[in-house]
Amino acid sequence: MVTNVTNFSRSGLYDWMAQRVTAVVLAAYSLFLLGYILANPGMGYAEWQGLFANSWMRIFSLMSLVALSAHAWIGLWSVTTDYLTPMTLGNWATGVRFLVQALCGIIMFVLFVWGVQILWGI
Amino acid sequence: MLAVVTPMVTGTSCRCLPDNSPCSLGLSKCEYAVNSQRPVNLDLRTIKLPNTAISSILHRITGVILFVGIAVLLYGLDKSLASEQGFAEVKECLTSPLAKFVVWGLLSGLMYHLTAGIRHLIMDLDIGVTLEGGKLGANLVFIISAILIVLMGVWIW
Repeated sequence: MVTNVTNFSRSGLYDWMAQRVTAVVLAAYSLFLLGYILANPGMGYAEWQGLFANSWMRIFSLMSLVALSAHAWIGLWSVTTDYLTPMTLGNWATGVRFLVQALCGIIMFVLFVWGVQILWGI
Repeated sequence: MLAVVTPMVTGTSCRCLPDNSPCSLGLSKCEYAVNSQRPVNLDLRTIKLPNTAISSILHRITGVILFVGIAVLLYGLDKSLASEQGFAEVKECLTSPLAKFVVWGLLSGLMYHLTAGIRHLIMDLDIGVTLEGGKLGANLVFIISAILIVLMGVWIW
């Protein structure tokens, strides 16, 4: 079995599963939000704020934010691992890949904390 | 170095192609991919990408675009939820052609990524995992996402 220290769960099989479970959560959330906005044209602030003030909506949003963090990491890890290789970058590939992946992780973490602040700041 | 898992690596024969057709990668490379214990990191720049590969790479590109877009969407969400005035500002901003284009671009990325993702889940159920099924699935993703992208454009403008 090929193991790797930088992927999400140290196991390709778990990553594969996590990517699918989080995808279903994200699909449900984005379709719900899109549907809600489509169904309420000309929505005002009170209604919009009221939606996100609901406990179930906060839970749904936070669940999606967690799912997004894992999904984005697994996806970006796969892409950077496939393309930032010695074949494309030469000798510096490992260092460049590590830095890019670290940057992706930091950005995703910042976005996650920001998202939590938005949800709990209402 | 890490490995790209290609569909043809796992089997004992070159399952990506009918038995009597010549291997598009060159026989030796294909045989190597089949017989080697480790998956092979294929150089994409030397391969002509079929529809299935284009659909896969678009899935990746739209994924990266959406990652960048999260910051834009969170900014809008933050502002729109913070105050009545912020909500009005976001609404006002969304009337500008540039903002409309950005939102349409992100929704287009989402529509493609979502459609291609659903195809992945369907294929995980062992549906359409033949060469013909894969090609058909990729083409269906192109058609369905194109329709959704146009519809998003109609909604926005």
